[in-house]
Amino acid sequence: MKIVTGNDLKTGAVTWWTGSDWSIHVDDAVDAGDQAETIAAREEAARNVNSPYVIEAVTDADGKVRPAHIKDRIRALGPTVRPDLTLKPADPTAGNWVI
Amino acid sequence: MYKYDQYDQAMVDARVAEFRDQVRRRVEGRITEDQFKPLRLQNGLYLQLHAYMLRVAVPYGTLSSAQMHALADIADKYDRGYGHFTTRQNIQYNWIKLEDTPDILADLAKVEMHAIQTSGNCIRNISSDHYAGATADELIDPRPYAELLRQWSSFHPEFLALPRKFKICVIASEADRAAMKLHDIGIRIVKNDSGEIGAAFYVGGGMGRTPMIAPCINPFVPLDQLVTYCEACLRVYNRYGRRDNKYKARIKILVHELGAAEYTRQVEEEFAHLLTQDIEPPLAELERISTYFASPAFETGLSDDIDRSDPDFALWVDTNTVPHKAPGYVSAVISLKPAGGIPGDASAEQMHLIADLTKQYSFDECRVTHTQNIVLPHVKKADLHALWTSLEAAGLGAANLDRIGDIIACPGLDYCSLANARSIPVAQKISERLSPRSAELGELKVKISGCINACGHHHAGHIGVLGVDKKGVENYQLLLGGSEADDTSLGKITGPGFDEAGIVDAVEKATEVYLAQRTDGERFLDTYRRIGINPFKEALYG
Ligand code: HEM
Ligand code: SF4
Repeated sequence: MKIVTGNDLKTGAVTWWTGSDWSIHVDDAVDAGDQAETIAAREEAARNVNSPYVIEAVTDADGKVRPAHIKDRIRALGPTVRPDLTLKPADPTAGNWVI
Repeated sequence: MYKYDQYDQAMVDARVAEFRDQVRRRVEGRITEDQFKPLRLQNGLYLQLHAYMLRVAVPYGTLSSAQMHALADIADKYDRGYGHFTTRQNIQYNWIKLEDTPDILADLAKVEMHAIQTSGNCIRNISSDHYAGATADELIDPRPYAELLRQWSSFHPEFLALPRKFKICVIASEADRAAMKLHDIGIRIVKNDSGEIGAAFYVGGGMGRTPMIAPCINPFVPLDQLVTYCEACLRVYNRYGRRDNKYKARIKILVHELGAAEYTRQVEEEFAHLLTQDIEPPLAELERISTYFASPAFETGLSDDIDRSDPDFALWVDTNTVPHKAPGYVSAVISLKPAGGIPGDASAEQMHLIADLTKQYSFDECRVTHTQNIVLPHVKKADLHALWTSLEAAGLGAANLDRIGDIIACPGLDYCSLANARSIPVAQKISERLSPRSAELGELKVKISGCINACGHHHAGHIGVLGVDKKGVENYQLLLGGSEADDTSLGKITGPGFDEAGIVDAVEKATEVYLAQRTDGERFLDTYRRIGINPFKEALYG
């Protein structure tokens, strides 16, 4: 599965292509299939995303989209050493799938 | 401390205005990321794993109380309440918003700071001894020379597009506390047989994927030719450095490929030519700069006695204070390495406190060390207990200078987009596991990088750890025997790497070999050098 990720131009926040827009939650990411590169280029040209790129992803047991490589898994969560700064600071299990 | 003159201030202010305009055009979509990237990097703004990262220069690691307060305010107002002090004596913020950056740079400019030349293929922030101006073993304060070179290298039009980044370090003592020989140019201020002061030049050191110790190419350059000699070193590099290959583009490769003798010959030739061009700033300028670094008005007649009745305090004094040139004073090291903490991180509150203590106890001056700690250079022994009490209350009182808990760790895969593996969790686990044995283990420098770029100085650790990517899984190599002090040496890889839990066990095993084999007074490094790597390999791989 191929998903598209990049950063928000103004905030720098990590974002994921949802099929129609960009979300900071990886759970919203969708398989972009063989359109991935085209979407990345089009969205960058339209300034909806900064420095987008296409990555491999998998679906986990609960059907959630997860980046295949640890680097993008950490991008999806936030720093593993500062759970308080991740997207889900209140959820102690939020990082379980990352490492 | 150095004070900006009108030119310094005008240059920095102009740069802020220029960047404000560039950011505006980027946000409006009038320039692309490809066009904008070199512009933002010239202002220290990277795009990292989670957000933009801003690297702020701390020239030769010296900060005033007002500057430290300003850094804390930025952490509070524009970031997420903390900053990361780095091995290059700088500070990095990890959660910066593009649109805030011009305001941050404007706030920095108000306290004579900036992020210029903290990225890109130019001459970077110049580093120095964190005890400069305080230690008894220095010939002279090296910072005026570092400042002179800062002024020469800032916006130097010829050297803004070098083959690769360029790092200069200036020290003035036999003891090396700044990894001088691991810089592109390392300068040691020395005295010759006639009693004149000059500079010894070590050129072509560095870490990264091809670590090299810089050879001395000239043992004595007269002080009134310092800038000219630097210019000659840079010119030869700028002309012949390997622009064809990023991995071979640092000056260390040029010096290595040409040989130190041939590189030196070319530098001397260029130097002879440059001497006819009269480019050296007048000595009066160096003297003007030097007045800003005059020693503070130390009190005299102070007692050297310290009340050691509190054992925790006594331990901290023994570990974290170092002798000072003035009687009754010490330099005190504030550890940013609480057991199990994140090396080099300080919260905004901690920075504000350090700023207050800087003003109260250290003549309004503190220093960032390349080991990611903070030094209050001039503290009265009589004030130490009050200082320590404040530090303890803020989680800054760890007594672990140069001990197993005083680990250097780069941001690694928790923050850095170039990383192969996380560094910080490894540092935390080693620190948690082995800090209780800190006193028994004595001086032991552990340094961790999350990739081959070696920002965490792993080559120079008594024990070094290098994160690698093993088919998508974090893996760690162990290195032994490095040093970045006067006896600079490069560590050797012990063998196959370990997973995260395994590397912590491996470090522990290495310390056990040391404890079993050491003779009286030997540090880990001494034992390693005496017995070699084999006993360690046997313990690790059996
Ligand atoms: C997170 C963003 C960072 C990036 C993208 C980055 C990038 C790099 C790269 C590419 C190199 C290798 C240069 C070469 O070998 O030619 C390098 C070296 C180095 N960096 Fe970083 N670095 C980062 C953070 C840091 C931090 C946080 C520190 C301090 C803790 C640091 C200090 C150094 C040092 C000391 C070296 C090795 C010295 C040398 O240049 O040979 N860097 N960095
Ligand atoms: S050593 Fe590698 S992982 Fe660590 S900060 Fe430098 S570039 Fe990033």
